[in-house]
Amino acid sequence: MADPGGEREVRLVVNGVERVAAAEPRLLLSDFLRHRLGLTGTHVGCEHGVCGACTVLLDGEPVRSCLVFAVQAEGAELRTVEGLAGEDGELGPVQRAFHEAHGMQCGFCTPGFLISLTALLEERPGASEEELVDALSGNLCRCTGYANILAAARAARDQAAERA
Amino acid sequence: MSTIGVSVPRIEDERLLRGEGRFVDDLRLAGALEVAFLRSPHAHARIGAIDAAAALALPGVVAVIDGRETAAALEPMVFDIAKIVPEAVREATAPAVRVHPMPALPTERVTYVGQPVAMVVAESRYLAEDAVDLLAVEFEPLPAVVDAERALAPGAPRVETEWEDNEAISFAFERGDVDAAFAAAKVVVEESFRSHRQHPSPIETRGVAAGVDPQDGSLDVWSATQTPHLLRDFLARWLGRDPERIRVRAPDVGGAFGIKHSCYPEDLLIPFAALRLGRAVKWTEDRAEHLAAATQGRDQVHRIAVAADAAGRILAVRDHAVMNAGAFNLLGLVVPYNTFTHLLGPYDVGAFGFAMRVAVTNTAPVAPYRGAGRPEAVFAIERAIDRLARELGADPADVRARNLIGPEQMPYETGIVYRDGTDQVYDSGDYPELLRRAREVVERERFEAAATERRRIGVGYAIYTEGTGVGPFETARVRIEPTGRVKVLTGASSQGQGHRTTLAQLAAEALGVAVADVEVVGGDSAAVPSGFGTLASRTLVVAGNAVSEAAAAVRAQALEVAAGMLGAASYELEIEGGTIAVRGRPDATLPLGAVADFLTPFNPARPRGAPSELAAESVYRPGPVTWSAGVHVAVVAVDLPTGVVEVLRFVVAHDCGRVVNPAIVDGQIVGGVMQGIGGALHEEVLYDEDGQLRTGNFMDYVLPTAGETPEFELIHLDTPSPLNPLGVKGMGEGGAIGPPAAIAGAVEDALADLGVVVHRGPLGPSRVRDLIVAAAGG
Amino acid sequence: MKPASFDYHAPATLAEALELLGDDAVESRVLAGGQSLVPMMNFRLAVPEALVDLRRIEELRYLRTGADGALEVGARTTQAELLRDPAVAAGWPLLHAGVTHVGHPQVRSRGTVCGSLAHHDPHGELPALALALGATITVAGPDGRRRIAAEDFFVSFYEVALESGEMVVEARFPAPPAGSGWSFREIARRHGDFALVGVACLVAPAETRLVVFGAAERPLLLADPGEVAAAVRPLDDLHASAEYRRQVAVQLAGEALAEARERAGG
Ligand SMILES: Cc1cc2nc3c(=O)[nH]c(=O)nc-3n(C[C@H](O)[C@H](O)[C@H](O)COP(=O)(O)OP(=O)(O)OC[C@H]3O[C@@H](n4cnc5c(N)ncnc54)[C@H](O)[C@@H]3O)c2cc1C
Ligand code: FES
Ligand code: FES
Repeated sequence: MADPGGEREVRLVVNGVERVAAAEPRLLLSDFLRHRLGLTGTHVGCEHGVCGACTVLLDGEPVRSCLVFAVQAEGAELRTVEGLAGEDGELGPVQRAFHEAHGMQCGFCTPGFLISLTALLEERPGASEEELVDALSGNLCRCTGYANILAAARAARDQAAERA
Repeated sequence: MSTIGVSVPRIEDERLLRGEGRFVDDLRLAGALEVAFLRSPHAHARIGAIDAAAALALPGVVAVIDGRETAAALEPMVFDIAKIVPEAVREATAPAVRVHPMPALPTERVTYVGQPVAMVVAESRYLAEDAVDLLAVEFEPLPAVVDAERALAPGAPRVETEWEDNEAISFAFERGDVDAAFAAAKVVVEESFRSHRQHPSPIETRGVAAGVDPQDGSLDVWSATQTPHLLRDFLARWLGRDPERIRVRAPDVGGAFGIKHSCYPEDLLIPFAALRLGRAVKWTEDRAEHLAAATQGRDQVHRIAVAADAAGRILAVRDHAVMNAGAFNLLGLVVPYNTFTHLLGPYDVGAFGFAMRVAVTNTAPVAPYRGAGRPEAVFAIERAIDRLARELGADPADVRARNLIGPEQMPYETGIVYRDGTDQVYDSGDYPELLRRAREVVERERFEAAATERRRIGVGYAIYTEGTGVGPFETARVRIEPTGRVKVLTGASSQGQGHRTTLAQLAAEALGVAVADVEVVGGDSAAVPSGFGTLASRTLVVAGNAVSEAAAAVRAQALEVAAGMLGAASYELEIEGGTIAVRGRPDATLPLGAVADFLTPFNPARPRGAPSELAAESVYRPGPVTWSAGVHVAVVAVDLPTGVVEVLRFVVAHDCGRVVNPAIVDGQIVGGVMQGIGGALHEEVLYDEDGQLRTGNFMDYVLPTAGETPEFELIHLDTPSPLNPLGVKGMGEGGAIGPPAAIAGAVEDALADLGVVVHRGPLGPSRVRDLIVAAAGG
Repeated sequence: MKPASFDYHAPATLAEALELLGDDAVESRVLAGGQSLVPMMNFRLAVPEALVDLRRIEELRYLRTGADGALEVGARTTQAELLRDPAVAAGWPLLHAGVTHVGHPQVRSRGTVCGSLAHHDPHGELPALALALGATITVAGPDGRRRIAAEDFFVSFYEVALESGEMVVEARFPAPPAGSGWSFREIARRHGDFALVGVACLVAPAETRLVVFGAAERPLLLADPGEVAAAVRPLDDLHASAEYRRQVAVQLAGEALAEARERAGG
């Protein structure tokens, strides 16, 4: 690496599409996605790892994109909220569950919740109540009081368990 | 089929679920510069020299703006609402209100940690923060005062040096012979209760972006604001520009809860910088700035006394309250006066004495936070009633029942003047029934049976009333397009309350079209010429009635034109599913869009003098506020050795008038309750004695998570409001009003045998353990 | 809240990493999961000149049982990987149970076991678990490798027995002896928070290891709950008072010991 502090190209796959953009080392992955790649569905609420609004799937695992430098995602495969709909463009099952259970109000936290829940259900389609709470308590929502988010999560879990 | 009272799925969801929402920070403005602020590290200090040379030398830094520059160009800010005192309020409570203007950037002194001092504009936020680190500002620290009672004590450091003390507001009220009632009482309880300071903290922070049109110099502002029209008018005045050449848009807004009212220094400074530099400028607040510098809520102490007879009838209430306004008295009487008018809530009390003093301190400004003075009132009175019940050896719910205003007393005049200057009159409601229904749940489930020696179960109550739907007005414009689509333009904006759906339901209902055919546009000052915004549980009442009226007017207009087109009388026509039909003539129908099409100037057959579009506008001016009410019951478990409090069940029986969309209403209530639970158990803004903020991040300012969510049970009792055509009442804040009091009562109930008294929250494990130890040892 | 500039290195081998860390002219730090370091950098409370990212060092990515039956955790292994491994849940149930209390899945997916040890937040679970399980921490530096017992590794708040230029390469958790029992308890403000105070306890036929954490500048290894009240040096902070931590430490220690004994079979 010629200049360890300078901008370099970061190449990664986001929602199945290869993307390349420049980043200096300190550029947070959240900013890279939002402002370099224009994927503004991933939100930023705290930039210190607590609120979960910035959660994305990095090589299949849910991570805080505000705690990852874009350069660390070189070569990685990412999924963001923009990649959750089905191939046909229809909302995915987790998205539908949030709509049907009124699991969202302002919707600012929603992408993070959708990703956290997707990650859990992909790993454990029949996740227990405890696992649901564990996964969702890593995301903050200030509007809904969580009751409907939990209801949406249970509905999505039941569907996922059925499919599995 | 009516769409009112139906949980129509929300129209706004789809975009948000796909990540296609547009929040302020999502906007891409060509060539936009970004801003970071240097904020005061001191609670109180004199500002000396500001050396920006190193910052300006940094490549990518475009400008550094400090108070010297803004003082020359911008008048210090004052908000009209802080100074407005209706005559009737003046007569009833003789308020003394002092307001000192807030400079966009200070030149002489800083008065709270986090106050903006200088602004760096750079090619990126990263660079702007680098430059902030290079700014050299000389501060000479001055003595600070943090606590309101200490601020009011003689000799306290003065926050505003031009005042002789720190008292920003005082007012008092007396009704009936309070002293005599206390003298005659069988039982008197008196305690101090504190509603501690909290932070609204929506998950989206504040944000402002501004651009100047190179062609005509007009100013475009995007702001995460609750009140786009107010912000436009404010900017027009402070920037000295024609309001017609300013457009303010609130795109998607990620929650507000009172914090995103206009106007902050940053709201003014970002457009100022855009104008000065002739480039788009954007600022997205980060969480550290938000926790330090956005307005906070609560922070009141009440010394309250209740006098009762032997049967527990309350004869008189006397309350002396002190509120902490923070460094600026931003909004005057709004919060403290709300506390006053909501203190007695649903209770029929003989004599009432109230006094309030508001102090300025070296802390972040305090402004309305969901409930805006009501949770504080309810915490004081409900805690006092719990004390009274203990003193009487009676069931706290029985004591409440004994003192409630009955439905037969409606409309009930309180003898108090409301904040808008009208007489406070509860228009409708059945408080005893609300209590009865809520109690049923607790009695049915027999939670106490689950108690063990170590894990105690307690039940606590809070009852509140809430004045909702304040004016002055809201505007709505309803237009039918030739395609048959209906457009609703309103001054009300949305921060997650689902107005696009609810207002669409109202328009659909009034017009006879499908909800899916209605599109609601709000949050844009260009959509309607004037508007107010969304705050204080007002939108459904005020904007809702405006939309409904405008839609009804369009309907009448459509029928009149259609009558001519169909050769029928307008009274013979009906509209269903967007189609106009003549009763009894199944063949004679016309799509609503055809009427709009008929009116377009392109139509040669259009009658002369006919309007050129199918549209109507309404400005709805509500009368006095309409009163919602609710009973909250918390069931908690308290673990004695660790002090951990768990909320097992939360019951809400409420009355918010006619309900348009039950799912949305329930969502608002549960969300509000959870904010209240957060405040009751976890959240507290803390400053140290020198005014340093101790809760400047989300590890230290502790919001509740899904892991702390109790089971909810919601009971609806929907008494239509007689005060507006739709019969609706507001409900956006109600959920947050009761929980602190209900949970404190429940914890006290769980620990009743120890004689624990809860004077304040939050009831985290450490504080609860302290209470247990103190009670056991004392 | 954007970090200051730094030089970024992602070496492919441990040797290269050590070389970079050994360069005294540059103030470099190891970047493991970033779950503690990056928040501090975003607040600009940490402003390292250079970061040495472990992400490409395959030789540090392992989770295995060594010849002596100990669990060996390489410096790149995440907390999530540890939790996913059925051998850990079966053989080191105390470790497994304790790590489920670390943050949230979205944090454990990147946070490393060794990073948590090196970071040493005295309210964190992993230092306490390492101490209770009698772990050793292997560190490597310019002068080669050395092994440090957990007892000697945690020094004080955010301070461990690493010399300049050294890094943690492995944590070894001996297999709990047959017939041992365990217990893990903590009180936290919310689901997933750092502990206000907690206890990790291992009762083996030959020895009882009772660790109290969140109640001093480092986790404390004690033999008996009777010692807790005198041994702890708790902090007063905005989340809990010192007195609270002392009382609850005593309480949890008693409960944990009883539970661990019961699990041990009497
Ligand atoms: C929201 C949130 C909640 C959390 N909750 C908890 C919790 O409840 N309990 C808990 O214990 N932790 C918690 N954490 C912290 C988390 O566990 C971290 O992962 C952990 O403390 C550090 O591990 P890391 O791999 O992320 O290290 P990093 O953040 O990468 O590094 C942390 C520090 O250790 C140093 N370091 C890392 N690896 C090495 C090494 N191999 N050799 C030498 N030095 C090294 C770094 O230089 C840095 O100084 C939480 C974090 C977040 C964001
Ligand atoms: S923005 Fe990343 S966790 Fe809050
Ligand atoms: S829906 Fe607004 S923060 Fe969750």
